[in-house]
Amino acid sequence: MTPCALPSPRTGVELVDEYFIENRTRLLEVAAYLDRVDRAGDAGAGRDFRMRAFREALAVLAQDAPGRTERVQMVFSDPTTEPLPALDQKSARGAYDRWNEAV
Amino acid sequence: MEYIDLHAHMVSRTTDDYVQMAMTGCVALTEPAFWPGWDRSSADGFEDYFRQITDFEPKRAAQYGIRHYTWLCLNPKEGEDRALAREVLRRIPRYLDRPNVLGIGEIGLNRVTRNELATFRDHVELALEHDQLIHIHTPHLEDKHKGTRVIVETLLEYELDPGRVLIDHAEEHTLEMILGNGFWTGLTLYPQTKVSPERAIDMLEMHGTDRICVASACDWGPSVPVAVPQFILAMRRRGHPDALIRRVVFENPAEFLGQSPKFQLPEGRGMLAGAAA
Ligand SMILES: [Zn+2]
Repeated sequence: MTPCALPSPRTGVELVDEYFIENRTRLLEVAAYLDRVDRAGDAGAGRDFRMRAFREALAVLAQDAPGRTERVQMVFSDPTTEPLPALDQKSARGAYDRWNEAV
Repeated sequence: MEYIDLHAHMVSRTTDDYVQMAMTGCVALTEPAFWPGWDRSSADGFEDYFRQITDFEPKRAAQYGIRHYTWLCLNPKEGEDRALAREVLRRIPRYLDRPNVLGIGEIGLNRVTRNELATFRDHVELALEHDQLIHIHTPHLEDKHKGTRVIVETLLEYELDPGRVLIDHAEEHTLEMILGNGFWTGLTLYPQTKVSPERAIDMLEMHGTDRICVASACDWGPSVPVAVPQFILAMRRRGHPDALIRRVVFENPAEFLGQSPKFQLPEGRGMLAGAAA
């Protein structure tokens, strides 16, 4: 149990009762997305830095310890500290390319 | 329930959105100066935008009983162009006295480049020179953690009161470094990126309500102008009492924004009305 500033008014079982179905749906959306990418059949998608980070994030979900959300955030985050010398692209892409395989 | 939306780009919204916000309890909002989705070609373009958000937009909001306040800057998405930034910064002071201008914002970083950082520093210095509140945008997605850290470290180099600075778009991995250094923060409720109402509530349960606001940050992209009332519903569904919800959606933004003498709530909707309730 993580210490909280504001304890949840709902018990764990109440949270499951109230929110299980919608989160079950979210899980199926992720499963279907992975199947869809596989079905497209090109190996490039599996090597894409975003999908590599995605699989690492899925492993975090399976861990049995609190703080999963923050750890998933850090899987996708740029860990460097130095500003870029110049603007390379206008928008972020969702994951940091730790594998230097930008597509 | 009455609420204040601390972050809404109303120039991108229709009057129907004002109606929806008014009907769901919005009494005041603040509009940070931001990127229109395309780069402006000149400082004159910014000046027209400043006229729009200091003159036209407050009148439009007033038709629906909503107080419209604003922040001025050259936003981080256009901050790479140093020559343009210098020219826009030179022109900002003449708009700071407008009755709905609360401060400088939303400044910050986009891809965390050297030029963006220099433009950010120029804005911080302008705000300090003119004793203005500061509203800060943090980068998106993979750039958020790095950008927030650079912003916090840069701000700590200045002699400023962190209680007069709100660092917006916080998420689970950036909230602690913002609050831990005494700044205010915002959780922006976006349907696709940023934070859902459920995750915003998780963060409030873990960190408490001090110095945290929520906002729609509605703009020209996928976003929801009534995201704050959606958050209110989500809070009730989680079992939180209305007094706590009001603290987050009304009293907190009123406390932060009330540091500017220009920020006034409509008659009878002040902090005292809340305290008496
Ligand atoms: Zn914004």
